[in-house]
Amino acid sequence: MASHESSYRPTSRFTKWIDDRLPLPRMMHGQFVDFPTPRNLNYLWTTGGLLTFFLVIQIVTGIVLAMHYVPSAHDAFNSVEHIRRDVNYGWLIRNIHAVGASFFFLAAYIHIARGLYYGSYKAPREILWILGVVIFLLMMATAFMGYSLPWGQMSFWAVTVITNLFSSVDAVIPGLGTRIVEWLWGGYAVSGTTLNRFYALHYLLPFVIAGVVGLHIWALHVVGQNNPTGLDIKSPSDAVPMAPFAIMKDLFGLSVFVLVFAWFVFFMPDYLGHADNYIEANPLSTPPHIVPEWYFLPYYAILRAIPDKLLGVIAMFSSILLLIFVPWLDTSRIRSTKYRPVYKIFFWLFIFTVVALGYLGAKPAEGVYVQWARVFTAYYFLHLLVVLPIVGVMETGRPLPNSITEAVLKKGSAAPKTR
Amino acid sequence: MASHSAETPNRRDFIVIAAQAFAGVGAAVALWPFIHQMNPDASTQALASIEVDLAPVKPGQAITVSWRGKPIFIRNRTPEEVQAATKVPLNDLKDQSARNDLLPERTPASDVNRTKRGKENWLVLIGICTHLGCIPKGQSMNDQKGDFGGWFCPCHGSHYDTAGRIRLGPAPQNLHVPPYEFQTDTMIKIG
Ligand code: HEM
Ligand code: FES
Repeated sequence: MASHESSYRPTSRFTKWIDDRLPLPRMMHGQFVDFPTPRNLNYLWTTGGLLTFFLVIQIVTGIVLAMHYVPSAHDAFNSVEHIRRDVNYGWLIRNIHAVGASFFFLAAYIHIARGLYYGSYKAPREILWILGVVIFLLMMATAFMGYSLPWGQMSFWAVTVITNLFSSVDAVIPGLGTRIVEWLWGGYAVSGTTLNRFYALHYLLPFVIAGVVGLHIWALHVVGQNNPTGLDIKSPSDAVPMAPFAIMKDLFGLSVFVLVFAWFVFFMPDYLGHADNYIEANPLSTPPHIVPEWYFLPYYAILRAIPDKLLGVIAMFSSILLLIFVPWLDTSRIRSTKYRPVYKIFFWLFIFTVVALGYLGAKPAEGVYVQWARVFTAYYFLHLLVVLPIVGVMETGRPLPNSITEAVLKKGSAAPKTR
Repeated sequence: MASHSAETPNRRDFIVIAAQAFAGVGAAVALWPFIHQMNPDASTQALASIEVDLAPVKPGQAITVSWRGKPIFIRNRTPEEVQAATKVPLNDLKDQSARNDLLPERTPASDVNRTKRGKENWLVLIGICTHLGCIPKGQSMNDQKGDFGGWFCPCHGSHYDTAGRIRLGPAPQNLHVPPYEFQTDTMIKIG
């Protein structure tokens, strides 16, 4: 872990006794109290704490829901209604869980965009970044299976359409795709059997996520945090101890975010969902317009933009998997986009592209919507595969400050000058 | 092992290789039940076949029944609909296979290969879009039937003709024809 003098001094005989046997308090102190954090972190750096908070919230509310939920095709829908109407505070806990999933993703998207902007994926943070992509994939799997649980019309048809993506393998090896899909379903169509196994996995995966988050934070604390300048911590004056500085900033950011979150939980809990999911699943009738949850829309737009089934599926999965290679696709020697005037334009174009794809994913798959989805899908891949490597080589960056301290003090910041 | 000559394997080499092989094969074999348990179970496979009485279905009407948890479309086609289907040159079709579960995959997708001889007005299909599994519209009178008068899948816009063949959109295959036989003149058995 990042080397710094430990200021941990066990005070009582008991803590000394512990320290000689399992120095867990020493480790926590070293990693989360006097851990050196760059003094110039902005509010985008509070998203990490936010994500940890939401993971805990989802696990706690999820375990409570699991005490009342019944994972069978016959009872699932009614048991969720039972939670909302009869269980004491069931409405609240269910709303926190359902809206929580959305805000979890919102925080994750900001967190990822921050990493892209400040070049946080660049050496020596490649593994840290890849672990992040793994967490993102696990989150998507978890949310997808969680969304099946209320067993409404959207649940059922989302499961049908998404699991059927694997049938595209039939185009390569005839019959194999169908075998995979029937294996996932445990039958010849989506059924209660499918619901039951999704429930088991929905319970499991968040704990897998927690494990990978542990590795993610470990990797972070080995190399240290990036910061808006992209410079390394070079002298003690570049850093402040995590507690109280970073911790308090995290708490303030968290409070503001949770305020917005609470607004949704209490006043518009269904705003981010679909009315159709309050109709019980009917395997014999597809709703006229099926759309995934908002956080899947960009990928859904990519899937539909491509007229070939197999290629559409490949494009959709590679749009996410490509992120793994970003550390090597970006050839620039400057980390932070702050000092990259040309790339900055492309960065915002990329963000616009993802948002536009999200908008188009919610529209019917016809006419101009498909045309635009194709344009933006093309830019999505061009950005990662062409713009990142080429701009990195061609661009001359703006001069970098000599140190974090210099960058901060030039702006006349009131940040503490101690240490 | 430096003290032994590399060419002559000794007893310890044998034990190492045997133990590794045993553990490797054992782990692979033990994995299979855990994978296979997810496949359709015995009760799901023991699929009941169903009988459907076609007498009440008038020309131009369609009914949907459920078989193996899947919707089955049964349409009593009008002579115009049959004619529209037989008229299509096979080269215009996106999927050349009849997709009839009772016929080999190679069978051309002509209308007669997707119906029963002398019963060409009856079209029996698995009502699941071959794209990503939605249920196409077109069964009820006022449904949108798509550009080719058969079925239209609203999920991602696949159009099927009056023989249930894919004509436009992302779906790769024609709607499948399930295994069925006529028991009497107006009674079919599916499965
Ligand atoms: C990464 C963490 C998690 C995410 C992103 C997540 C996401 C979701 C989503 C999107 C839903 C559907 C909500 C709706 O629209 O009704 C859901 C439902 C559910 N989840 Fe989770 N979940 C997580 C963790 C957990 C855990 C750890 C458990 C159990 C221990 C759990 C138990 C449930 C149950 C029982 C439901 C069904 C009740 C309902 O639909 O409100 N979840 N989850
Ligand atoms: S599922 Fe029918 S068009 Fe996609």
